[in-house]
Amino acid sequence: MATNFFFWLLLVVAIAGLAGLLLVRDASRRTPWLAAFLVSFGVLAVWQSAVMFKDTTASQVLFSLFGAAVCFGALGVVLSQNVVRMAFWLIVSLGSTSGLFFLLNADFVGAVQLLVYVGGTLVLLIFGVMLTASGPYVTMKTSPTEWVAAAVVSSLLLGLILVSAFGVDWQAVDYAEAGNTTTQDASAGSSVQEGTTLRPLGWALLGLRPDKDLQKPGEPSGVGYLLPFEIVSVHLLVVLIGAAYLARAKRRVDQTPGTTAL
Amino acid sequence: MIFALFSYDSISDFVDSMMGSWAAWAWVVVALIHAVIIIHFFAVAPLFYIWLERKVSGRIQDRLGPTRVGGKFGWLQTLADGLKLIQKEDLCPQSADQLMFRISPYIVFVATFGAFIVLPFSNGWVAQNLEIGIFFMLAVMSLEVIGIILAGYSSGSKWALFGGMREAAQMVSYEIPMAICALVPIVAAGSLNFVEIGRMQSGWFFPNWLMFNNPFTFLAFFVYFTVATASVKRAPFDLAEAESELVAGFHTEYSGIRWSYFFMAEYAGMFAVSGIAVFLFLGGWYTGIGPLDASLVSLQSVGPYGILSYIVNLIFMVVFITKGCLLVFLQIWIRWTFPRLRIDQVMMTCLKYLLPMSCALFLGAVLWPLLYYSVSSGESPRTKWFGEPLYDKVIAAEPASAEQAARQSAPQLAKGER
Repeated sequence: MATNFFFWLLLVVAIAGLAGLLLVRDASRRTPWLAAFLVSFGVLAVWQSAVMFKDTTASQVLFSLFGAAVCFGALGVVLSQNVVRMAFWLIVSLGSTSGLFFLLNADFVGAVQLLVYVGGTLVLLIFGVMLTASGPYVTMKTSPTEWVAAAVVSSLLLGLILVSAFGVDWQAVDYAEAGNTTTQDASAGSSVQEGTTLRPLGWALLGLRPDKDLQKPGEPSGVGYLLPFEIVSVHLLVVLIGAAYLARAKRRVDQTPGTTAL
Repeated sequence: MIFALFSYDSISDFVDSMMGSWAAWAWVVVALIHAVIIIHFFAVAPLFYIWLERKVSGRIQDRLGPTRVGGKFGWLQTLADGLKLIQKEDLCPQSADQLMFRISPYIVFVATFGAFIVLPFSNGWVAQNLEIGIFFMLAVMSLEVIGIILAGYSSGSKWALFGGMREAAQMVSYEIPMAICALVPIVAAGSLNFVEIGRMQSGWFFPNWLMFNNPFTFLAFFVYFTVATASVKRAPFDLAEAESELVAGFHTEYSGIRWSYFFMAEYAGMFAVSGIAVFLFLGGWYTGIGPLDASLVSLQSVGPYGILSYIVNLIFMVVFITKGCLLVFLQIWIRWTFPRLRIDQVMMTCLKYLLPMSCALFLGAVLWPLLYYSVSSGESPRTKWFGEPLYDKVIAAEPASAEQAARQSAPQLAKGER
């Protein structure tokens, strides 16, 4: 009853303040109307949003914030024409993605995202632009053909994402999230909640899966991911050496006798 | 109680009870309190270090340094400088990329600030006790370089561009030995968690501090400190702002408060890398005198309301900050003693000397336990004289205050009743 009364009182004051603000012509006499409108409207807004988002958890709020930042950064990358600004928007987008990982308690993946993509790849990108740029600010203009190609590729990708997003049975996930974990995933679930995902990751790399019964058919064989990981890293090393070989300064052999090669 | 403010759970519980089920507010309040405490340290430490830098450089060059502002020793000099910088006009060159130019000081500032989120100041006094603390800290500190490169690029000035390019080349190469050197004590400790690594190093400093754990960690400390000095672009590695060649390098075009953000970040970064060094090599918050530490830790579990625990943690914090400040002093000392290197010498030092050295140290640190256990089967002289090696040491559980103990036992009771 009291709540209702205050709600209508605030609404009336806000409307009266707005009306006064619009009707009063003398600027110096508008101030009290403005104050009445702002105060009552502010109280109403905070109160009503508090009621509306009563069951919203902090992680939901932060998730939407970071998600919005990811999308905003991605739009910035696409819409900006200056290469370095694109790199900056990419920083925003990738940094917010790592924020999403931290929010989901995947600390290790989030830190890797920061270190590899934001701290490593993007620095090299900007460095490369700075070394190779001929003008002060490099701009990129996209032709209509590129627009069409990009539209086709990105709509295909969007379709793929949508199909996989709606293909997941989210009800089962919600059910599991509400505490109805099966015994098999119990240990993994607790480590995820505590943010200590590093140790299970390291164990899995070495083939130790305390959360799985390795004797059962269909489960991971217990070999671990160390061998594939090493193979991939050796591949990367080969690529690095190859790039250094291709890009090395070729020594010019001077034909004329008596002069030294530079 | 103020003491309770440092414990994450109590605030969220408190605000949770105030606000009903809307726990989001509790998160925000907790984050804000942590951020405010950290930003105070973050802002006051540079204030002190800049004054210290002037005083030390003055003494090294047979001058007095600041003497007037604030009475004795000129201790208010930095604050006066700060007031001057705030009042200066916020200039932006016409040929600059306006958005990038204005935003890059904040990137540098936020990246360095983010590193302090996981750095504990005492036993358990940490904003976020991440399992991967050191990795996170190195990752976040590697973002600082982006702000500097963007500042150099967007200034629209050749000096700034050269400074930014040098910085990029230097940082990309020095990050590698820094991470590898940080791995050497981590291999000995077996954890990436700062608090856990700190707790491991209790007892007498000689065998217990990670620096003295094996010969490789001992050598790694010196390599790490060299690389860390370079990674916060301090002399003799300050090629990005070499004033004799590049006017002022990447911050040539900056003035006023934006300029001072770069320097706040630089001096706070000096403490951040020193803090990593203190945790990875120099015993964290412990004094290194075994009985003293043991008695302090044993005091933590007695007394009402955990007051003694709070005071002991305060003492440990003073110890930790003193250690960090000594390392920062060392960096300042090095700056005013050694001449600046040339850019090719900087790159050569890293890629030809520091990188192979750190790789060899890492290999040695990995092989050390193997060798140690195969040579000394059974009881070794080290075990007899200095106690168990680190990787066998049982870490004492966190000394719980009365409130924490009550909270921990509460759910178990509930389960028991059911």
